[in-house]
Amino acid sequence: MLFQDVVSRWPMILNGVMLTIGLSFVAIGLGIVLATLMSAWRSLAGAWAGYIVDAYVELMRNTPFLVQLFMIFFGLPQIGIRMNGLEASLLAMTLNLAAYATEIIRAGVDSIHKSQVEAGLALALSRRQVFQYVILQPAFARVWPALSSQFVLMMLASSICSFVSVQELSGTAAIIEADTFRSFETYIVVTVVYLLLALTLKLFLNWLGHKIFPQVSGLARLDAKAEAA
Amino acid sequence: MTTFGWPEAYFILRAASWTLALTAIAFVIGSLIGGVFAIMRLSRIKLLRRFAAGYILVVQSIPVLMVLFMSYYGLSAAGVELPPFLAASASLAVYASAYLAEIWRGSIESVPRQQWEASASLALTTSQQYRYIILPQALRISLPPTVGFLVQLVKNTSIVQVVGFVDLMRAGMLVNNATYQAFQIFTLVAAIYFAICFPLSRLSRHLEKVMNASRSH
Repeated sequence: MLFQDVVSRWPMILNGVMLTIGLSFVAIGLGIVLATLMSAWRSLAGAWAGYIVDAYVELMRNTPFLVQLFMIFFGLPQIGIRMNGLEASLLAMTLNLAAYATEIIRAGVDSIHKSQVEAGLALALSRRQVFQYVILQPAFARVWPALSSQFVLMMLASSICSFVSVQELSGTAAIIEADTFRSFETYIVVTVVYLLLALTLKLFLNWLGHKIFPQVSGLARLDAKAEAA
Repeated sequence: MTTFGWPEAYFILRAASWTLALTAIAFVIGSLIGGVFAIMRLSRIKLLRRFAAGYILVVQSIPVLMVLFMSYYGLSAAGVELPPFLAASASLAVYASAYLAEIWRGSIESVPRQQWEASASLALTTSQQYRYIILPQALRISLPPTVGFLVQLVKNTSIVQVVGFVDLMRAGMLVNNATYQAFQIFTLVAAIYFAICFPLSRLSRHLEKVMNASRSH
């Protein structure tokens, strides 16, 4: 096995890594915002808003990411919406992640007891304030671990974006493989890079969770205690 | 130029059976490997526990696409020529095994400890404990998440088109290359995937409700 042909192309690999990270972070950021908006809309608007959000979530969760990506990249131009591979990838990743995140946040929102909401209203908070401070923030803190693993899965799924010729990590792998004919070595190296990326992202999200939800560790401990009891 | 009509739609629909076959094979092989790893993960021997934990962590932290590439391009370059269907089944089975192992480990662990202790005091061996006491209960607990994972597996079969295997996704792409009516074609492809996955999702949720109801009694 000759790894030097592959390893000597490390600047290309690094570029691929940067694009994978960039794609993932933008999609995660936009996905969270979209998911939060949909959760708010579901909670605050009427029943039909709930039906629309549910339909969207079910539709996205029960079709493959690849089909969604191709629908955006190949299908939308037919009705006049044209975008390049990178834009299509970002849109597909955002829409896909938003659906999963909405479902996860819903579980968190459901875990907030009704008495909390009543207490908030009794303190003369507006419905919006109650949603933001009493429901959404504690819900987020509670489901952060589930969200984190969904983010890691999304980062891994971004490898599929190479099918619409985006030169992220797996797209770079295809180029290196074509250049060097060292398929096995190429994919081993790139797989190890993905592994390191995923583990780093996991650690980072863990750290971030403790940072933005200082009460999260306390809450999680409480949950664990309640479960053990 | 051909247009997208009934014959093309029928071609896509027929390819869906390959998606189902691939899912079934990957699930069966993945279950066997995953079951072994689940039990290894809970073994009394530290080395086995570590090894299983490492396997699960690694497979869950790399894209399925890389597993597929490694088994298809990688092994063929190393002189082992795998036909697309085998490479696809093997890599999806590896992917499934790691997730199933983790799901089942959780299910086995959630069987109350007293069940282990009681059966040990009845002088059952470890394999008897698994066979008669633990696994029947763990199986019930594992059913909803296992069916839920099946949805992920069906969706992930869509990437095997990259090694040239004609599944539902590949059929859609082939028809698209001939007709350029991507919007209609991928709507149909998405609808077929949805028709497979949605009932499974609902079944998983239904099972979860049923199990919870019986546990709270």
